[in-house]
Amino acid sequence: MADFLAGLINAVWWQDYAAPLLAIVIYCLLITVPILLSVAYLTLAERKVIGWMQYRKGPNVVGPFGLLQPLADGLKLFLKETIIPSGSNRALFVIAPALTFILALIAWAVIPFGEGMVLADINVGILYLFAISSLGVYGIVIAGWASNSKYAFLGALRSAAQMVSYEVSMGLVIVTVLIFTNSLNLSDIVRYQQENMWFVIPLLPMFVVFYISILAETNRAPFDLPEAEAELVSGYNVEYSSMTFALFFLGEYANMILMSGMATTLFLGGWLPPFDIAPLNMIPGPIWFALKTALMLFGFLWVRATFPRYRYDQLMRLGWKVFLPFTLLCVFLYAGIAVYGGFLAG
Amino acid sequence: MLDQLLSEYFPILVFLGIAIGLCVVMILGSMIVARQKPDPEKLSAYECGFEAFDDARTRFDVRFYLVTLLFIIFDLEVAFLFPWAVSLGNIGLFGFWSMVIFLVILTIGFAYEWKKGALEWE
Repeated sequence: MADFLAGLINAVWWQDYAAPLLAIVIYCLLITVPILLSVAYLTLAERKVIGWMQYRKGPNVVGPFGLLQPLADGLKLFLKETIIPSGSNRALFVIAPALTFILALIAWAVIPFGEGMVLADINVGILYLFAISSLGVYGIVIAGWASNSKYAFLGALRSAAQMVSYEVSMGLVIVTVLIFTNSLNLSDIVRYQQENMWFVIPLLPMFVVFYISILAETNRAPFDLPEAEAELVSGYNVEYSSMTFALFFLGEYANMILMSGMATTLFLGGWLPPFDIAPLNMIPGPIWFALKTALMLFGFLWVRATFPRYRYDQLMRLGWKVFLPFTLLCVFLYAGIAVYGGFLAG
Repeated sequence: MLDQLLSEYFPILVFLGIAIGLCVVMILGSMIVARQKPDPEKLSAYECGFEAFDDARTRFDVRFYLVTLLFIIFDLEVAFLFPWAVSLGNIGLFGFWSMVIFLVILTIGFAYEWKKGALEWE
């Protein structure tokens, strides 16, 4: 038996193909499982934090401090009937939530969790991330269209218009970062911040714009008009039930975490400790990354508990008439500073 | 070259496969485990308790269309700015001012849209 195993391990196909593939699969699972767990506990954290902010307790019945609540919710959704409305396009109706979930997951392939800890260290990392997050609109539009329901359709339209509006300023913000880093690789962007300083300091206005844009991009309060429950019931996912709904839910929350991770990588120095001194730099990079991302996510919840919902015309005005001209001007200003101030790395 | 490209992007492909597999397992698993008992009322589109009046795919506000058109223009511009920003160190002053001229032309178009009221909602 041992001989057989040794022979198997020494075999060429094992060394050249199977072993690397297995390593990749394990790495993928090492990303997927923590993300799904984070999503589960983000939903609990949201209910708890908003509960405390509104002077009530939040879920506290299922398990100690309500810690088993997300599992109970997941199980309940799993055991519900999957409803596919009679007037819908059946295939598209099922594909839409799957698409949202898949895109929210595979975008993580390029996010560096620590020095060298990245699944695919491609040199166009930020472009990949931007492209994948742009594709997220399709999941919502397809859902709204395939449902063949008025509320879903209106919710999808609103959501799509909102997402594309804020994506433009997000793109321009990323450009201001790229002017200084000279690289599209996310690990390089973090290393640049290691050598100089976190981008949140010199690019503070850009960080603020980016943060507000990711709130709008993930359809979060105060920009949660697509699911305005008082008028559109729940927006594009009104016809969904059971696991198809759960996939939308998981996708949305995974997207929130992804966007927070993106903000962390671009502006808050990714896996770097705040100060490069003894007790702080002994803590491993992924923990710093997770802490910063959690801080960003807490902001999401805090904002939701604090601000009233925007009107649609206000939302569009902020995106097109404030953020777009402002970020365009900033691209020009920061490029000017880089060119004339001699901050270029090339 | 191709080898390098393959080894860089192959993990993404594997990840994509795993994500798709996960979706299929979740949806099919739920369909098999949970009791499915459809009836015509349950499967009709939701409309506050009414029978659906007409098809949901009717006319909608043209401004949604306008917004996406504007988005295409500006997103292309962002795609254009990405390589410029990365290579700004190599193209220096000439590259910088070329892009400024391009942005000014674009801003003129943007100001025109603004003036025409393409960005107004109510």
